[in-house]
Amino acid sequence: MALTPEDVSRIAHLARLDLSTAEQAQMLVQLNGFFGIVEQMGAVDTRGVEPLYTPLSAVQDVQLRLREDVVSEQVDRAANQRSAPAVENGLFLVPKVIE
Amino acid sequence: MSGDVHTLGVAALARALQSGRLSSVEATQALLAGTARHAELGTFLVTNEAKAMQQAQAADARRARGEAGPLTGVPLAHKDIFVTDFARTGLPSTAGSKMLAGYQSPFDATVVARLHDAGTVTLGKLNCDEFAMGSANENSAFGPVKNPWDLQRVPGGSSGGSAAAVAARLVPAATGTDTGGSIRQPASFVGVTGIKPTYGVCSRYGMVAFASSLDQAGPMARSAEDCALLLSAMSGFDARDATSAQRPPQDFAAAMHTPRASASAARPLLGLRIGLPKEFFPAALAADVEGAVRGALAELENLGATLVDVSLPRTELSIPVYYIIAPAEASSNLSRFDGVKFGHRAEHYADLMDMYKKSRAQGFGPEVKRRIMIGTYVLSHGYYDAYYVQAQKLRRMIADDFQACFQRCDLIAGPVAPTVAWKLGEQGDDPLQAYLADIFTLPASLAGLPGMSVPAGFGAAGMPVGLQLIGNYFEEGALLHAAHALQQATDHHTRVPSGY
Repeated sequence: MALTPEDVSRIAHLARLDLSTAEQAQMLVQLNGFFGIVEQMGAVDTRGVEPLYTPLSAVQDVQLRLREDVVSEQVDRAANQRSAPAVENGLFLVPKVIE
Repeated sequence: MSGDVHTLGVAALARALQSGRLSSVEATQALLAGTARHAELGTFLVTNEAKAMQQAQAADARRARGEAGPLTGVPLAHKDIFVTDFARTGLPSTAGSKMLAGYQSPFDATVVARLHDAGTVTLGKLNCDEFAMGSANENSAFGPVKNPWDLQRVPGGSSGGSAAAVAARLVPAATGTDTGGSIRQPASFVGVTGIKPTYGVCSRYGMVAFASSLDQAGPMARSAEDCALLLSAMSGFDARDATSAQRPPQDFAAAMHTPRASASAARPLLGLRIGLPKEFFPAALAADVEGAVRGALAELENLGATLVDVSLPRTELSIPVYYIIAPAEASSNLSRFDGVKFGHRAEHYADLMDMYKKSRAQGFGPEVKRRIMIGTYVLSHGYYDAYYVQAQKLRRMIADDFQACFQRCDLIAGPVAPTVAWKLGEQGDDPLQAYLADIFTLPASLAGLPGMSVPAGFGAAGMPVGLQLIGNYFEEGALLHAAHALQQATDHHTRVPSGY
């Protein structure tokens, strides 16, 4: 099942990528080339197989750790915002969202 | 003594520092001068001489106080996928991306912090594929890295700068990261030793995230012994990484040196069973690569190991499985780059949505965009089960295949890559060719198993070939032991490209 130009345009929107027409055309060819090798996955019978979301759970029971809900470190706001594109009074600036 | 610094690996440098024949300041100066002389390789994205010299002086002072550890004063460099505290190091952290050009990290990655605590000196940051996505280092926004064995060829990727810098003897060792082979494949392409430990052994905190269920840090160096020393310092539980393995600290050098129960000096690997998956030796494997790998396997047999035939029947399937899972995780991880909190923001835009789209389109390179697109698609409504969940089920089957093999052998061996390093630009606009060439490194990545590349010899045009060794979970010691035994009996790892 090949992707269409409309699929590429829809995915680019979901991915928040402004792709030019030329980029979309090239992307369509490359993605369809890639999904050509993906189709063999569908032929494997995986009924009853548990997905392996984190590798060590292949051999052991993996529990995500929870930590105590306590302050563990101080955050330096100025240092954290040093590489932000636009900051004012410690706030991140974005284009107006609500009129 | 400082004239010889480039010839010294980690262990040798540590001994020279300990004996007082060499100071960290001398070593740091000599190595920084070397990196400036070899800018043609494109290995270093940035150095900071003043900050490096401060660290070297601090290391020498620590030694004078009698407080030095085994790595105190050893200079090295970090793959620029690790963030480095800008205030401390004066080094920006870019992940090889225009998106993060000039980014000043407020903190050190855990791996960087641990090597700093051990007293190592950070010479600078090393080039890599953008967000570690690539296998030739041609996807860096800051230009390619050249292979020191042939400047027309790629060094492999994504840790291409790390690999080339170690191979050219610009640094005794470097850090790397491996998501689908990014330590092992470049190590193979330039003839150095690299180890990707078991998933969870090294903290992912402060490694710019690509695919979180696969990303692992590891050392790249001139020998298994040097890798063992570095891995001991880099690894260990870190509460800041949700998937960090909760295990006591390990001394990998001690594990490497521990003799096998039945072994003798002449046959140190007696009793070791090495499995050769038949799928790792397909007809398409380049003859020169197969020749070098078979040569190394024969040497391992001479050292007492027994070779057994095994099978990893889903080796070929690991390519689509990996290239579904890794882009899916990448599309999620890279959604944080929105032009608001850090990173590139477009100059002109109509509204917030337009700002996101233009900032991301300008900040990311072509391969990163492709993977974000693949990942977004396979996670989208209607396709999630057919692609993403199916890939995760196959991932378990691939991991189970390894466990079946380890019933019959202690380590698995084969080539790292189907060919030696290819020429720059040779793959053109066809990303699929590079994906297919990852076939031998992807299975261990998907299973989360430790893997190594050890120099096996040389192939066509004198290009290096790596032997891949894969161990069961947390069997890094056994991998390093076998690699060290091989390096005691061979000299491939001591060969240096001419001119370096």
